[in-house]
This record gives sequence, structure tokens and C-alpha cells, in this order.
Amino acid sequence: MNEPLQTSGSLRRRLMLQLVGSAAFLATLLFFVVLGFARDVAQQTHDSILLASATSIMDSVSVQADEITVDIPYAALSMLGNVSNDRVFYRVSTRDDVLTGYENLPTTSQSVRSGHSAFDTLTYKGDSIRMVTSLRRLSLNSAPADIIISVAQTREGQAAQLAQLSRSAMQLGLGFFLVATILAIWAAQSSIRPLKQLTEAVSRRGPKDLRPVQRPVPSEMIPLVSSLNRFIGRLRVSLTRSEDFIAEAAHRVRTPLATVRTQAEITLRRVDRAENRASLREMIRAIDESSRAAGQLLDHAMVTFRIDSLERKAIDLTELGRELVDRLQPIAELKDIDLHFFGSGNPKITGDAILIQNAVRNILDNAIKYSPNESAIQVSTRQNGNTARIQVEDEAGGFVGMDTDALTQRFTRGENAAGTIGSGLGLTIAREVVEAHGGVLIIETSKTGTGACVSLCFPLH
Amino acid sequence: MRFLLVEDNISLATAVLDRLRMDGHVIDHAANIAAAEDFSATADYDLILLDIMLPDGDGRAFLRAHRNRLVETPVIVLTARSEVSDRVGMLDLGADDYITKPFDFSELEARCRAVLRRHGGDSSNQKRFGDLIFNPLAGTLSVGDKTITLRNKELRLLEIFLSGPDRIYSKPKLVDRLFSYDEDVSENAIEVYVGRLRKHLSGSGVEITTVRGLGYRMSLA
Ligand SMILES: Nc1ncnc2c1ncn2[C@@H]1O[C@H](COP(=O)(O)OP(=O)(O)O)[C@@H](O)[C@H]1O
Ligand SMILES: [Mg+2]
Repeated sequence: MNEPLQTSGSLRRRLMLQLVGSAAFLATLLFFVVLGFARDVAQQTHDSILLASATSIMDSVSVQADEITVDIPYAALSMLGNVSNDRVFYRVSTRDDVLTGYENLPTTSQSVRSGHSAFDTLTYKGDSIRMVTSLRRLSLNSAPADIIISVAQTREGQAAQLAQLSRSAMQLGLGFFLVATILAIWAAQSSIRPLKQLTEAVSRRGPKDLRPVQRPVPSEMIPLVSSLNRFIGRLRVSLTRSEDFIAEAAHRVRTPLATVRTQAEITLRRVDRAENRASLREMIRAIDESSRAAGQLLDHAMVTFRIDSLERKAIDLTELGRELVDRLQPIAELKDIDLHFFGSGNPKITGDAILIQNAVRNILDNAIKYSPNESAIQVSTRQNGNTARIQVEDEAGGFVGMDTDALTQRFTRGENAAGTIGSGLGLTIAREVVEAHGGVLIIETSKTGTGACVSLCFPLH
Repeated sequence: MRFLLVEDNISLATAVLDRLRMDGHVIDHAANIAAAEDFSATADYDLILLDIMLPDGDGRAFLRAHRNRLVETPVIVLTARSEVSDRVGMLDLGADDYITKPFDFSELEARCRAVLRRHGGDSSNQKRFGDLIFNPLAGTLSVGDKTITLRNKELRLLEIFLSGPDRIYSKPKLVDRLFSYDEDVSENAIEVYVGRLRKHLSGSGVEITTVRGLGYRMSLA
């Protein structure tokens, strides 16, 4: 669960890249379409002026006394000057003769019929020109004669205009791209949001929360959420089943043990012979030993399991200590031990109350177990600085000559443990719980050497 | 005292009945929730001992219903569960205490006493013998107008003697009943407690005599 998962890219990034990529493609397309359209429009305008100019020249051609006369109107050429400052060329010719204008102006390669005209883009004296060629058939000396009029203009102005146009088209494309990118980021963000919200809702849950996910989700996520819910359901069933199983198993083992123990106690009351009594006592001890070991092993397993997904709730250490002391009072009483509780303040810590209760319980069990009859045990809570502490002091001689670090290892018991029932897991459980809560377990012998002083220190809530 | 034991395992139930009757308690047995409900509806008990896993349901259900009936009778749950996994719930559900199987009867007795004391156990439980008045719940002993509080072992020893006046109790048997099985105590340890009791009893007309080679006997002087 805690090892990093392999990613196969980010959905959001993928979505965004796709959207931005399409935007870039559309922006480029837009650029070329606008540019092409503008170029066409400019060309058409230019062409129509050229044609108008050629037509007005054509209108000025007349046949007088079998002579072709051309009187080029001023307006015919000046209208072209209105468009740009480009140079204008013209030529009026018949099939054989140039009547007026630039003789070496190129001729069109297209065949033009009378009353029609053709447009060409050509090179003249190193410059690109646009030329219109119009033809009209006249009758001269009772014979048909073709009048060909060409009007041309260099295209520098048009080129400048086109450059201007393409700059505008470029700006338009870029603007489109920018707006589309912002929209893409927003769209990617907002389509990912339900996923994020679902993730938060699921990860905010406590370790024991195995309810199905109920919050409304977009329809595309329904399959994911319903399989998540089915999975949670299966997990819940199998957890309940294994909890039930443990309960059932414990019940089946412990109930007959209880029978045997009770019978042994009854028999012990009835028999008088010393050997029989000794073996019955041994039997009871063995039962206690095994049930204690089983209990501790199970507790230890449960503790390890709960530590894995630690619950984090506010716990009042004083309240917890007082409850425990109340609960253990009858056991202390059996040995005439004065079990006192002294809570100073209400230090609050964060964690799993059941675990902490179990940890303190183990320390307190030890104190009672190793204490002589008619001694005293003091349990106290206090707060100093940033730590909350619950401490158990007894008069059982303490850990003199023992390696306290080793005692917190599993199944390790001290020399003073001979004869007492135990499994060597108590201090282990306590240390593991305290450390899982970011605290420390301090195992000391009181300065006077009268007994143990075991403290569980936790960071304050 | 009058107990109701709710336990489906017949051999355990029989053993517990025998054991508690040995100490002079009156005890009824119900093997399932239905029977438990019949019993608790018809008789008054000082205490109910309730197993949690029963054939016709969870003992918790009985507990809840029992609490809803507003009956005062305290309940001690007998559980087989690990304490870590089961601790919550029992006390929240209204059990007064719980004890894990297999249990030590001295611990069960101590828990019963604590629970009854908390419930304001009445003084009708007082025992009189000669001029002494003994209240086992409070652990007090009165002789004339002098009342003292006994230590737990003194109290249990006195209870043993009072359960059979004029009977002889051997040292080993007294050790069994006073000390837990993991304590290694010499039989002479009992002498200390007998000595203390004798001191408390002085002037009450009740005396504990040593029967040479056999043990001790409490009787009226
Ligand atoms: N309060 C105490 N006084 C003296 N010795 C103790 C005390 N608590 C623990 N010890 C020593 O530490 C050892 C380890 O304790 P623990 O892990 O609880 O195991 P167990 O009590 O089952 O033996 C005990 O065997 C005992 O020797
Ligand atoms: Mg221990």
C-alpha cells in the first residue's frame, strides 16, 4: 500500500496536451485559411481594377478613316495609382503592331477571345507583375482586326499589404491558440475534479470505515466507483469473517479451558493428599499459562494489525488511566495492594485509545504481578512541556541488574519472572504501541531502588 | 448471594454452578437467551453472569434488552475474546464488568464484590456470629461499637471461617483459597493472617483455635 504505484502518465496532462494540440492545429489552419482568403480577395480587387483600366482604354480605341486611334484616358491609369504606388505598364497592339505603350511587355500565353480578358502573373524587368489582357475585334478596311490591350502593375504594394494581412492572421491564430489553451486547462482541471474529490473522500476515511462510497459522481466514473464499492464490500465481509473466526476460535478454546480450570479448583478443594494437590496446582498454573500466552499472542497480533492503520483520535490520558485503574482495582485488592491513581490535568494525546489502553494495561499488569502482597502502586498522569506522560510506580524491586532494552524484546523475561505466569510480550506490546504513536517507553528503577517506574511518554495532542 | 448464570456450554456451566455453590451461593442456570429472560423476569438476582456467545443470539442483545427494562441487577460478562478486540462494547453496552475465560474464582469474586459495592450493595448481607457483625461487601467488621475495615485477605479468611463455624480448615487449603496459584507461599504465611484476625476478633466472644497438626477452627468461646 505504501510503495509508490507506477504511473502511466497523467490523465489531466494527456487531456490537456490533446486539447492544446488540437488548438494549435486549428490555429495554424485558421492562419492559412484567413491568409489565403485575404490573398484571394486582394488579388480579385486588384484584378478588377486592372480590368476596369483595360476596359476604359479599350473604350477609347476607335477606328477613324481606316486608322486605329487610341486616346488613353488619364483616369484609366490614375485609378491604378489610387490602389498603390506601384508602377503601371500598358500596351495597345494589334496582332502585328504595337500601337502604343511598352513594346517589350510580355504577352499572355493564354488565348483570349474577343470581348474577354485573361489575367497573368509574370516577371517584367525583374519585378513580379500582374497583367490583364483584353481583346476586341474591330473591323478595319472591311477586315477583322484584333485590338489587344494589356495593362500591368508591379505587386510590391500588394506584397506589403499581404505581409500586413499575414501578420494580422498570425495574431488572430495566436489569440485563438491562447484562448483555446486556457479553456483546455480549465476543461482538463474541471473534468479531473470529481476524481480528486472522490480520492479525498476515500482517503479521509478512518481505518475502520468500510462503508460504500455514496457521494454522487459523474456517470463515467460509475463503473469505477461501483467496483470500488464491491471491493470494499468484500473486504468488509472478509474482515468480519476473520474477526468472527478469531472470536469463535477463542471461544472454542477458552470455554473448555475454563471448564477444566473450574473443575481443577473444585477438586483441589476436595482432595487432601499433598501430591494430588501439588499436581492440581500445577494443572491450574499450566492452564493460566497457556491462556495467558494465547491471549498475549493474539493481543500482539491485533496490536501489530491496528498499528498498520493507526486511528487518530483525541484521547484524555487521565481519563484513560483512571478507567484502567478502576478496572484493575479488584485484582490489586486480591493481593492487598494499594492501587492509587493521581491525575494532574487532562493531558490530551492523539491515537488509538484501545492500543494505548492495552499498553498501559500491560505495564499495570506487570506491576501487580511482580508486587508483593500489601505493597503500593501509584499510577499518575502529567504533562510537561510537549509530552504527556502516564507513569506506573511499584515497590517490587524494579529492574536492578536487568537489561531493560532486552526486556522489551519479544518473549524475553527477567530473572525475577521465575514462578510468575507470563509470556514476555507485555513490555514488547507497550513499546510498540508507544513508538507507533511517536512516543517513548521509559523503563527505570526508582531512585530509592524500591521498585519499577515505567513511563509511557506521548507527544501532546 | 443469588446468581443467574447464562452459559450455553453445559460442562462449564455445571462446573461453575458446583464451584459457586461450594461457597454457599444460590445459583440458577440458563442455557440460552430465552431461558435467561424467563429467569430474570421471575426471580430477583444479585448478579447475572453472562456469556457472550449463545446459541440463540449474541449476549449483547440480552444485555441491551436487560438495560432497557431498567433492571438494576448488575451484569458481569464472561468473554473469550481477546481484550484488544473486544474491550470496547461490553462496558459501553451496559455491562458492569467483564472477565476473560478461563477465570480465577477469587478474581470473579473480587469483581462481583466490587460491582455490588458500586451498586450500593445493601447491608442485609451482614453476617452475625457471636458479638461480631461482618459486612463482606464493605469489608467491615464490628465488635460492639468498634468498626474496622479488613484487608482483603483477612476478609476472605473470615468469610471462609464463617461459612463453616466449628469446622477445621487445614493450612494448605487456606493457602489455596487465599493466594493465587502463581504465588509460591509457605504454609506459615497463613499464620500471619490468622494472627491478625485473632487480634481483630478479640472481645467479640469469637475465637480461632489451632488444632494441632490439623489446622484452624473458628468457634464461639
Ligand atoms: N514492574 C516490574 N517489576 C519488576 N520486574 C518487571 C516489572 N515489569 C516487568 N518486569 C520484568 O520484565 C520482564 C518482561 O516483562 P513482560 O514483557 O511484561 O513479560 P512477562 O511479564 O510476561 O514476563 C518480566 O519478565 C520481568 O522480569
Ligand atoms: Mg507482563
